[in-house]
Amino acid sequence: MANDLSPEHEIFRNTVRKFVETEIAPRAREFDKMGRFDKSLYRKMGELGMLGLRYDPKWGGSGLDWSFTAVMFEEVARCDNAGVTMGISVHTDMATPSLHEFGSDELRQKYLVPSIAGEMLGAIAVTEPDAGSDVAGIKTRAVRDGDDWVINGSKIYITNAATADWLCLLAVTDPEAGYGGFSQIIVPTNTPGFTYQLLDKIGNWGSDTGQLFFEDMRVPISNTIGEVGRGFQQQMMQFQDERLIGCVSSVAGSTALWEKTKQYCQERVLFGKPLSKMQVTQFKLAELLTELTAARALTNLCVTKRVAGLDATLEITMAKIFVGRVVRKVADECIQLHGGFGYMKESAAGRAYVDTRLISIGGGSDETMIHYLAKMLGI
Amino acid sequence: MKILVTVKRVPDPESSIKVNPEGTGIVESGLKWVVNPFDEIAIEEALRIKEAQGDVEVVVVSVGVSESQEQLRTGLAMGADRAILVKADRPDTAAVAKILVKLVEKEQPTLVILGKQAIDDDSNEVGQMLAHLLGWPQATFISKLTFAGDKASVECIREVDGGMETIAFALPAIITADLRLNEPRYASLPGIMKARKKPMEEIDAASLGVDLTPRVRIKKMAPPPARTAGRKVESVDELINALQTEAKVM
Ligand SMILES: Cc1cc2nc3c(=O)[nH]c(=O)nc-3n(C[C@H](O)[C@H](O)[C@H](O)COP(=O)(O)OP(=O)(O)OC[C@H]3O[C@@H](n4cnc5c(N)ncnc54)[C@H](O)[C@@H]3O)c2cc1C
Repeated sequence: MANDLSPEHEIFRNTVRKFVETEIAPRAREFDKMGRFDKSLYRKMGELGMLGLRYDPKWGGSGLDWSFTAVMFEEVARCDNAGVTMGISVHTDMATPSLHEFGSDELRQKYLVPSIAGEMLGAIAVTEPDAGSDVAGIKTRAVRDGDDWVINGSKIYITNAATADWLCLLAVTDPEAGYGGFSQIIVPTNTPGFTYQLLDKIGNWGSDTGQLFFEDMRVPISNTIGEVGRGFQQQMMQFQDERLIGCVSSVAGSTALWEKTKQYCQERVLFGKPLSKMQVTQFKLAELLTELTAARALTNLCVTKRVAGLDATLEITMAKIFVGRVVRKVADECIQLHGGFGYMKESAAGRAYVDTRLISIGGGSDETMIHYLAKMLGI
Repeated sequence: MKILVTVKRVPDPESSIKVNPEGTGIVESGLKWVVNPFDEIAIEEALRIKEAQGDVEVVVVSVGVSESQEQLRTGLAMGADRAILVKADRPDTAAVAKILVKLVEKEQPTLVILGKQAIDDDSNEVGQMLAHLLGWPQATFISKLTFAGDKASVECIREVDGGMETIAFALPAIITADLRLNEPRYASLPGIMKARKKPMEEIDAASLGVDLTPRVRIKKMAPPPARTAGRKVESVDELINALQTEAKVM
């Protein structure tokens, strides 16, 4: 983040840092083995005010702006577990923004309040086996039956699949209505007809990713977030937060990896001197930090615009592309600098190599982003 | 009851400290600053007393640069009621103790809790000096504090070489906190926001009429020598010989 932060930002940063250092980082590898985060820690985060930074105090939030979100994820991303960081950010900034912005008071009372308190966990369910980048191609269908939606279909690659208490589900509610035919619906995961199956990923082991199956699930029509038929547009807005949080976390996580790698190069002695004394290593590290700094600057520009209440779609789209490429490159080069150890699962570089690969796919792939960007630029 | 708690701004223990080229101090630019960890324990203890006894005011005090406000705000965010910043440029421990005497005279606290030492220069002196200047009882390095029924005296367990020492004395008194006294709470975001509205008084050290002339002069600061590589010894005899003649520890 920028340097002109208030003392409150710094105190909050210290709080998050301490929380991460004492509660998450020491257990980072345990969460990898569990394939998920310790859900009970959400309560503690809720007590510390970490789960509703930008949300209205009416619902238990803190009513702050994106600068606090950025501070929080700059620190959370240093927890040494990209999957855990992703799981937390799905809850705070990918599954809840629409509910906060457009949900009815009853819906916010029932799902947002406990989510901000850390008593409930959310997931965002958009991607389907036959539709990822092509969001409008989803098939999961919600059919009106009296006061209920009856939902059938499937979602895939859904983060927090096993641990979520509710989904922010995007479903087709009117197949004839084009972009006006989708709705966002809150689905409690204890609804009869809901099942899931966990998926085995190459990276981000600390998060539970799964395929979800919906068979004649009934949820009240009143669980619709905002107006029926506005789901697609609301989800597009929600994606903005998702992408920006991804950029903030990735840059911070990658910077932590760079620091670790620099230290490794200073300690690793070969041919009688530290690796860091070889000019090629110095050049490599210097260049990588230059690119990371540029990625951070672009990310901060997005944050600054959001704090000022401006639309940052263009910049966020650019940042999503750029940051993904930089952090993947950093991970790749850091493995190289670590040599054989870099190839081990216990090495942060090795994990980053598989973890960062996701950045250019999840939340909108590079090609999707570039496609939007070209459209926005009117090319 | 009123409790005064001292708070010092120190470099984050996680950061890497470099000595400046002149050897007069450390490089401060780019450092992250935090509340001295022992002072966090002191704040926590005061807050626990407040929570247990109700009618207690917790006042956090820092002597130092204006930026120490941030560390005082952290104390307020944890739950202290108000803060006092005494602005002084690098006072030595004796000067800090003398400044604190003035504050104690003004505030009339029943208890002053300090961290046993600050992790920057590790002097471990201010609490003891303050007790001496005030003529108050003191318990340093405490790991447990218990109030007597009438709240006019306390019993403390001190961590001393080779064991624990239990001492009891009448208030007012000076206490310095050791690591095991408690586990300090986090400053929660709601606490951080509430702290913005809590009062913070600023006093210029010069206005207190104490002699701030340093008694201690740092002649030179140098990083510890770099560790040299170890070596393997062939036998126990060689090891004992090396420990005696080279390391000189036997
Ligand atoms: C670990 C993980 C966690 C995830 N978590 C979630 C989650 O919580 N919720 C959720 O809803 N989804 C989640 N996803 C899904 C993710 O958002 C999708 O994988 C992503 O949007 C890509 O969709 P797809 O997999 O269907 O790929 P496809 O859409 O099939 O894309 C295949 C290829 O086609 C390219 N392509 C797409 N459009 C164009 C174009 N116009 N021109 C040229 N090429 C194009 C793509 O870039 C890609 O290279 C997660 C994915 C992973 C791997």
